[in-house]
Order: sequence, then structure tokens, then C-alpha cells
Amino acid sequence: MLELRKVNKTFNPGTVNEKKALTDIDLSVADGDFITIIGSNGAGKSTLFNATSGAFLPDSGRIYLDGRDITYEPDYKRAKYIGRLFQDPKTGTAPSMTVEENLTLAAGGGRWLSLPRRAEREALRERVASLGLGLEDRMNTPVGLLSGGQRQAVTLLMATINPPKVLLLDEHTAALDPSAAEKILEVTEKTVREQGLTCLMITHNMRSALSVGSRTVMMRDGSIIFDAQGAGRDGLTVDDLLRRFREASGETLDNDRMLLS
Amino acid sequence: MTLSDIINVIRSVTELGLISSLTVLALYLSYSMLNVCDLSTDGCFTLGAAVGAVVALSGHPYLSIIAAMAAGVASGFVTAFLQTRMGINSLLAGIIVNTGLYSVNIAVMGGASLLNMNKTVTVFTKVKALFDHTFLDGWHKVAVALIAVAAVIVFLSVFLKTRLGLAIRATGDNSDMVRYSSINPVFTTTVGLCVANAFTALSGCLLAQYQKLSDINMGQGMVTVALASLLIGGTLFRRCSVKVRAIGAVIGAIIFRAVYALALNLQMPAYMLKLVSAGIVAAAISAPYLRKHIPQTMKKYFPGKENGDVRA
Repeated sequence: MLELRKVNKTFNPGTVNEKKALTDIDLSVADGDFITIIGSNGAGKSTLFNATSGAFLPDSGRIYLDGRDITYEPDYKRAKYIGRLFQDPKTGTAPSMTVEENLTLAAGGGRWLSLPRRAEREALRERVASLGLGLEDRMNTPVGLLSGGQRQAVTLLMATINPPKVLLLDEHTAALDPSAAEKILEVTEKTVREQGLTCLMITHNMRSALSVGSRTVMMRDGSIIFDAQGAGRDGLTVDDLLRRFREASGETLDNDRMLLS
Repeated sequence: MTLSDIINVIRSVTELGLISSLTVLALYLSYSMLNVCDLSTDGCFTLGAAVGAVVALSGHPYLSIIAAMAAGVASGFVTAFLQTRMGINSLLAGIIVNTGLYSVNIAVMGGASLLNMNKTVTVFTKVKALFDHTFLDGWHKVAVALIAVAAVIVFLSVFLKTRLGLAIRATGDNSDMVRYSSINPVFTTTVGLCVANAFTALSGCLLAQYQKLSDINMGQGMVTVALASLLIGGTLFRRCSVKVRAIGAVIGAIIFRAVYALALNLQMPAYMLKLVSAGIVAAAISAPYLRKHIPQTMKKYFPGKENGDVRA
């Protein structure tokens, strides 16, 4: 269970560029929740993820994971149980190292000076084959030579190779071409389902915001303005979401990558 | 030039090439793998020479190697500490350590800027005694350097495949990815620089014992010479495994020494070495940039001259 309690973050405080990125965010994510997050540009979606993953410290508030206060834990320690994918497929992989080497590092385990054993390498190969992208034949290819979609699939596998307690997906299909995006989303849903992961996904696609996952959260100006799950979410349409946004904020939902259908 | 003259030149090129290739292998780790240009290399090279000379002079030729490498580890640790924990830019951290090492090196040599080892027992004289009156007579220096280089290459090719080695390579490639794999890049950078500087110091230690002289200025410009060698080797083995590229670094160092020896034979004055190496490094690093920009500039000044341009 991930809990954010009264989390605040202001960028450039006291300057003309002051920006309240997060305002008193309260969010409880139950185990097994799959939350989709939507909102305008600058609504604080990525900031919410940055605070959760430890990329920066919040100005105030607390973050708990399974009841443990992780507010001040450095990002690389949190990475053990919080996996994260970014929009840019380049973010999560080391380009000049092979698929296998990237996965070996992500899989961790073993001592610092241990060499990967044959059994471990076979296991990695099987995991890659389970993606169904044919990447198991390219284990020794430097990741930098793969396409964006393939690279994002490798990153997804790296983030979930040891099932994380929370998986953060930050528009991880936005930079891909439509067919690759669809494939990655499919693989993502399969992984989350099979491992029973708790997952938060920022999306620009209004349709997937409703069709994927079990709960939808809408953000605006650093606040959560709408949170629907269960019966309240069933039967919602894209039009309903847009109307809800207008009602809550008095303006139209505006995101330069927004897909309405 | 007689045959034995030529063999002598080849032998001394190999000796010097192999000894300096240890510094090239150090930069292979710090520059190619960690993506840190370690400007403390010059000072660390002299530190290895100074520490090695002092220990050898006190009668411990083998211990001198270990002591020099340990001093290199300490120097690398300080450089890494400054850049990872004190927020000092990595280039500046290297320059700061390099400056400080100048004083340290003179202090190590007991306040002198030169230490003579003409009559000292070193690893080279030890092996020479073994080789005397055998068919290997005269090749003891090559043997010592070769053993050191082979040991470092074997170490590197195994080390870079371990979990720690992979993490070090990834740190230079994409340090965010290292963090997402729950590894602290501060740790990998520190280990990488400590190991690299151990090799640099080993290189300096062996050169001092080779020339029977430790000199406060012997490391000057070493980083540029080593980078030039590394880049020469890199062009020969571009898309190869980590181990082959390490061997390429050694070959680059020998080629560099060979070109230098050739230039000396063509009456180039010895003091021109640093200018030549500076030129090689500048040319090698700027080549990819120029390859990209020269065609654009050509287009600007000679529009419509390229093949297939419909306006022509």
C-alpha cells in the first residue's frame, strides 16, 4: 500500500517563476490497484511520480510504502521496490550495453564480483521471450540499436524483473508509433495482471485512461480533482471525463498530446 | 641501420609502449567506461613513480609495485570523493588533485625532485638476473611489461563482466539507469576511479624503475599521450567486445610509441612529442564533429554542387 499524505512541492519558491507543482496531495493506493492518471500540461502528474520515486524531496508531507516512511529515502534505494518507466525509451537503458547486460544489472542479486551464471542467463532469455517480440534472439545486441518500442519493452522487463511493490508508468507509450504503443500497452497490461502489480500510469490517451486499469485520477494545478473507481467508474465515457474536468476547473482539458478517442 | 639496430628500436618501442599502455588501460576504464576524463592522471603517474622508487630504494622491489598501486587507489579515491560527494565538476576535481599531488610527490621523494635508482634492485633487475645467459637475454624489460599488461587485461576482461563491472560500464553510459537498478552511482564511480588510478600508478612505477629514475615531471602530459593512444586503438577496434577493445588500447599505445620513435629517427626533436600527442588527441576527438559539419559548410558555400541535386 502506497500512501501520500499532504505532499507539497513548490518549484522556484520566491521567484517570478514560482510554481506550486503539488498542493496537499492525499492519495492512497491499495495493493493491486491499477490507476490511470490524466491531466493538462503542468498538472503535476510527473511531479507526483518524481516525489514518489525519490527524484526530489517534497517540501512537506509524508510518503509511506506498506506503512514505512520512505519520504527521505534516496531514489536508488527506493528503486528496489518502485519501478519506473519514462516517455523517452532512452531513459531506462544503457545504450552501449547489450540487452542481456542491461537485464543482468536490473535483475540484481548475487555478489558484486559474481559473474552471471548460465542458468541466470537462460532465465533472462526466457523472460525476454515471454514478451513475444522476438527479442530473445537479440540478447547480445546493444540496446541502443533497438527501436523505441523494443527498447521500451526491455525497460519494462527491467523494471518488473523483480516484481516492484509499485510500478510508475509516465506516458511510457507516448513517444512510440501507434502500433508499437499498442503492443507495449498490451505487454504492460499482461505483466501487471500476471504479477498482480500495483501500478500508476500517466496517459494522454483518454480512452485507455478508462479502459485500462481499475481506477482513474484526474489532476489539475497540482491537485487531484477527480478520482473514480468501481461502480463510479463503470460506464464513464471520454465525454464524461471532459465534462467533469470543465466542471471542476472551469476550463477545457488541454494537453498537447491528448488523444480523445 | 643494421638489423640489430632495428631490433633494438623495436624492443624499446615495445617496452615503452607496453609500460605506457597501463595508463592507457586506466583511461580505458575511466574515460571509455565511466565517461570521466580523469585529469589527475599526470600526478597519479608520478605518484606511482615516486612511491615505487622510494620503496624500491629501501630494498623491496616487489613491494614497490603494490605500494605504488595502493597510492594510486588513494589518489583515485580523493578524485572520486571530490566529484561525487563535494559537488565538484569531474574535470576540476582531477585538476585539483593533480595540483595537490605535485607537492605530495616531492614530499614522498623526501623533498627531492629527482630520485636516482642506478644501483637499485628493481623488478627489472630481478628478472634480468633470471634471463641472463639464456636465449631471452636482453628481453627482461619486455617480459616484465608484458606480464603487467597481461595481468591488467585479464583482470579487466573478467572484472567488466561481473555485476560491479557492468554497473561501472552502465554508470558512464546512463547513470539514471544505474540508479533505477538500485545501485548507487557514487559507489560505482568511486570503485572505477580507484581501480583506474591503481593502473596509472603501476604504469608510473614501472617507467621509473625502467629508466632507473623518478622525476617530478615525468607524468606531465601523460593524460594526453594516453588519450591519443586510446583513440588510436579505438579506431582500430570500433565495434568489438570489451576485451578486444582493451587489447586495442595496448596496440594503440605501441603504435603511438612507434610513430614517435620514427619521428625521432627523422630528426624530430624530442621536445615535440607533447605537441604531436596534443595534435593527435585534438584531431581524433574532433573527427566525428567535423565529419558531420564539413558537408553542411560545403553546402552553404557551394550550393547545388553535390551529386543528385536537382538544382544543379
